[in-house]
Amino acid sequence: MSTLLLEIVTPERTVYAQEVNMVSVKGADGELGILPNHIPLVTPLRIAPVIVKKDGVSEKIAVSGGFIEIRKDKVVILAESAELASNVDVTRAEAAKKRAEDRLSTKQSDVDQVRAELALQRALNRININK
Amino acid sequence: MAKGMREIKRSIKSTQNTKQITKAMEMVASAKLKRAQDAAVASRPYTDKIRDVVASIASGGGTIKHPMLQSREIKRTAYLVVTSDRGLAGGYNSNVLRKVWTEIQEKHASSAEYDVFVIGRKGRDYFKRRNVNIVEEVVGLSDSPTFADIKSLAAAAVKGFEEGKYDELKLVYNRFVNAISQIPTIKQLLPLDATQLSGGNTEGVKASYEYEPSAEAVLDVLLPKYAETVIYSAVLEGKASEFGARMTAMGNATKNATKMIASLTLTYNRARQAAITQEIAEIVGGANAQQQ
Repeated sequence: MSTLLLEIVTPERTVYAQEVNMVSVKGADGELGILPNHIPLVTPLRIAPVIVKKDGVSEKIAVSGGFIEIRKDKVVILAESAELASNVDVTRAEAAKKRAEDRLSTKQSDVDQVRAELALQRALNRININK
Repeated sequence: MAKGMREIKRSIKSTQNTKQITKAMEMVASAKLKRAQDAAVASRPYTDKIRDVVASIASGGGTIKHPMLQSREIKRTAYLVVTSDRGLAGGYNSNVLRKVWTEIQEKHASSAEYDVFVIGRKGRDYFKRRNVNIVEEVVGLSDSPTFADIKSLAAAAVKGFEEGKYDELKLVYNRFVNAISQIPTIKQLLPLDATQLSGGNTEGVKASYEYEPSAEAVLDVLLPKYAETVIYSAVLEGKASEFGARMTAMGNATKNATKMIASLTLTYNRARQAAITQEIAEIVGGANAQQQ
């Protein structure tokens, strides 16, 4: 089975770099399933788990604030934060979720509203990949 | 024991204490320098990659226009200054602050023409003393700052440019050359220079990509991100420079303390010998007097 090289890079470090069989992401325009020899493409990503399939095992990675660059045999995801399921601090994510929900329930200015919503999405994203 | 001797002894002791502290600070700084350098290196792939993609869009499309790539008449300037929280780092802070202050004095007639974003307590205090309008500040940054730490400041600065509040954004920081040399640098961050972008690594840029939803939309997301990343790497480089500067400064302080202790010890020994000689002379003088 052919493979492609997946790299996930954040400003702080390279989180993931392995040969995988398939990558599934949620792009700005919808879900993308990427197999080797995909057409070169660049698109921003939504806050959602990236699903990686390797030798029949799938793994989820929480990615936020990123975009994806696809080449024939290589996929690079650049994100502000990316965490493997094992690295997620669930208690912290739960706390963040609660904080964001509290903030959403009390009506505030539009800017805060948007920020709280994004924070909630990020928290849910982190929690979801551990389920 | 003569009075002078006791004083010399005391100052030797206090210099020794100082030396111990500076020595420890030097070692701590050198250990942290290594880590800061590693962090700066680790952030490089991300910056390079974004630059590659932006360059490929800029060179591929040809007709793509984006406000962040276009220079306009400069009415207001924003300065983003990276300093440290603590001193005892030689000229680290004063160099960079002097540089930006000279630039401000030269370029702007009134304080309405510029705003300042500042990282680090030293810079904040400096601008506060001079009644400069500080838009946003970050103090108490850890030794290995994360992207999230400076994200809101970086985003605010970039947004100010996008909204037309500023017509240029300048980044002022200490460029890290090596442990003993840091150069205060003013770098024009926005508007981005498209030619400079593609000037670097052209390998891999040639691949023509599809853009989803469109090249402009991707650029809209990427350019602010790129600018923020450049700010982040300046912060990391600033940290490395800080530790480099502190290491050198403390190394010099330790050396000076050693020299001072040596010279004080010499004076002390001379005084001691003089005292002994005098005592002997007195005893001899006394004995001679009794014999007669």
